[in-house]
Amino acid sequence: MATIAVEQHKHVEQEALITGAEAIAVACKLADVDVVTAYPIRPYDTVMQYISQLVADGEMDCEYIAAEGEHSQFEIVKHASACGARVFCGSSGVGWMYAMECLTVTPALRIPMVAMVGNRALDDPGAFGVEHNDALSVRDLGWNLIWVNSAQECLDTALLAYRIAEDRRMMVPVAISCDGSFLTHSQALVKVPTQEQVKEFLPPYDRGELLMHPDNVISIAPQCNEDWVMEIRRSNYAVTERALDVITECYADFERVFDRKVGNPFFEEYMTEDADVVLVGMGTLSTPARVAVRKMRAEGQKVGFVRLRWFRPFPAEALARCLSRFKAIGVVDRDYSLGSPHLSGVVATEIRSALYPGTGPKPPVLGFICGLGGREVLVPDIEKMTDFVSQAAAGKSVPLTQWIGLRE
Amino acid sequence: MGQLFAVEIIYRGVFQKTLAKNICRGIVLSAHNEGKPGLSFGRYSDSPERNGIPAKSYAIVATDDETLEAGMAQYSPKQFDITVVLDDTLCKGLESWAWMGLQPVNHFLKSNATLAVISNAHPDTLLKFIHFHDKPYRLGTFSGIPSFSGMWNFKDDHTDVRVLGVIAKAMPELFSWTSLKKYIAAKVKDGAAKVGSAKLAYERFDTVEVKVGEGNTEPLRQYVRPKWEGMREGTTVVGMAHGGPMKDPVTGEAGGYRPVRSDTFLKFTSRTLRPVINFETCTKCTLCWLNCPDAAFDVTPDGLYDADLQACCGCGVCEQICPVSNCITMVSEHQFTDNSSEWVAFKKDKAAYKTWVAAKSAVAVPLDQRSNGYRYKGQYKEQISAALEVANKG
Repeated sequence: MATIAVEQHKHVEQEALITGAEAIAVACKLADVDVVTAYPIRPYDTVMQYISQLVADGEMDCEYIAAEGEHSQFEIVKHASACGARVFCGSSGVGWMYAMECLTVTPALRIPMVAMVGNRALDDPGAFGVEHNDALSVRDLGWNLIWVNSAQECLDTALLAYRIAEDRRMMVPVAISCDGSFLTHSQALVKVPTQEQVKEFLPPYDRGELLMHPDNVISIAPQCNEDWVMEIRRSNYAVTERALDVITECYADFERVFDRKVGNPFFEEYMTEDADVVLVGMGTLSTPARVAVRKMRAEGQKVGFVRLRWFRPFPAEALARCLSRFKAIGVVDRDYSLGSPHLSGVVATEIRSALYPGTGPKPPVLGFICGLGGREVLVPDIEKMTDFVSQAAAGKSVPLTQWIGLRE
Repeated sequence: MGQLFAVEIIYRGVFQKTLAKNICRGIVLSAHNEGKPGLSFGRYSDSPERNGIPAKSYAIVATDDETLEAGMAQYSPKQFDITVVLDDTLCKGLESWAWMGLQPVNHFLKSNATLAVISNAHPDTLLKFIHFHDKPYRLGTFSGIPSFSGMWNFKDDHTDVRVLGVIAKAMPELFSWTSLKKYIAAKVKDGAAKVGSAKLAYERFDTVEVKVGEGNTEPLRQYVRPKWEGMREGTTVVGMAHGGPMKDPVTGEAGGYRPVRSDTFLKFTSRTLRPVINFETCTKCTLCWLNCPDAAFDVTPDGLYDADLQACCGCGVCEQICPVSNCITMVSEHQFTDNSSEWVAFKKDKAAYKTWVAAKSAVAVPLDQRSNGYRYKGQYKEQISAALEVANKG
């Protein structure tokens, strides 16, 4: 029998100068999304503009529905997804909050929606700079939440999000958080994979027995009270028990098909090998952090940075294992959680919780709140926070939560 | 660390937004032809959808990825190798959402960097408007029109490639003419013809040296932002005080009404045209005062309506609503070096004012021929041919 030579990674990727939001739109096109709903709010709207352009140019074939508000926007895709359509939508800030009723039911109904959250400060005051409180507001409801750092990661993550969300062991939504401005409005050179590669990676959406169809008569979301609710919740809880393994598996396959090295899907360590202290943060904070780490390393300080990608599911065990190696940890929150333990941000509280039950060492965890409303987080800010963490590592008393970059 | 290049494009909100974006894309892609990584982006805290408001787009390019990352570790660059101004009336300074106070166009220029302005005026004329700078720099103009287009349109009059030609001339280390030519030919619609336009701009662009302190010496407004404890609780801000009567500069008579206006956001840098008012033909009908979207008109003691030129953003509604044909005329900002009151000048010397109004109105483009966007079918084609003529003449 004749052998057929199989060339690995033979596909030629195109390079495009696009924003992170546009990169997600390109991923939607490659994923052959069936239904897109849109309602404008900055900075999310850059993705809906680009998708509408792709549709108008005949490059993408989908139902593009401009809803009359975010509530309908998220309801429409929820129903379309239940009927077997691959869907996409998204929002920002208070737009995301206006859709809250639909956001709560989406995981409960096992809808594998992919949404883009262009992170934006919640009104009031009116502001369109980045804060993470919008996406974090659904953190307890069964949404998978990921923060990304580059336009390339936007595109790659959107493809991964469909694969992960639609895995039959999951069937729950994924929200991709993109920091407003830095990702949504900056054009970077992005490698766009070929349609063949995406086909190989992403199987067609198949809801199986959950499909609402005349040939598969089911009723979705009945009224049921105390004798049913707990069991239904437990079924979604079971998804979260499996989620870390499914995500790991999908990333491994992503690396195989697309010839990209992601490494640990859940968090990215930068110069941590021999670090005494590290900072942890999500999203584009990583850019000034990495530059500052290089600068401080050049000055002889043993410091590093850990960028958390997946906030839900929270990679508690792996992260605790990683962070317990260091003498002290600083968590940089681009969010607030008023009245929380030690008045820290959301991520600091989660990391303290992740570290607590382990038997390993428990280094001090300092919380920093900064960059709210899009305030710049600059290299000197990172150096300042690192300095506080180094003081804590040396046994000095340092406040558990501090505001950085505030006029005071 | 390698070398980092930063380019700033200053443009007029919405009319030139796509133009500015296309220029920044062209910078990154031309430099990428030489293997350099880059990034292009708009100043996010601007609100570039507002008519005429000064806004900025940036391109940063580096010789390696780590240097580029260092350039990205901030909201926007703080030092530029070249600043391009797409409309020369912006030379009076920028007051945008992203900046409190008046920001000179040369504010972020490095020492000996280039300020390139699309203008038919001589650099010396522009230096009447451009504020002094604490570093020496090079100023060059290249002929053209501001290429204003409507909300979602792009006026494809070759201005984008001409700007790129100017940048290649001023900063060959960012990208060479060969790299630019390759980009235009491969990636730009109608590339073959546009290479010619870009080449003319590349060949003809020249600069003069501007010394430290040279230019408009008008002092710049300074503001102090309050600390958090100095701000009111509940996301509240104190409202404006009520206004009061005006005073006649000659007789001292008090009357009329002048509202108190914001002294932190003045709005006049959004303006490319200003109303020149012939007070002698005014019928005191009140329409300009009632219809001004910015409440920029003061009621004078003698019942006239005087535009406060700090508060006027030059929208031209007053001219359009005025029932008298020769009363309000919108005239290019080039004609003026300050924002002083027209009514005060009128009261002080009516004969001189009459001559002044006639001279200023004479250079105005008639209303039916003037447009920021497109007002009638076919106007685009007409304007493109006029623009290309300017482009090809160099």
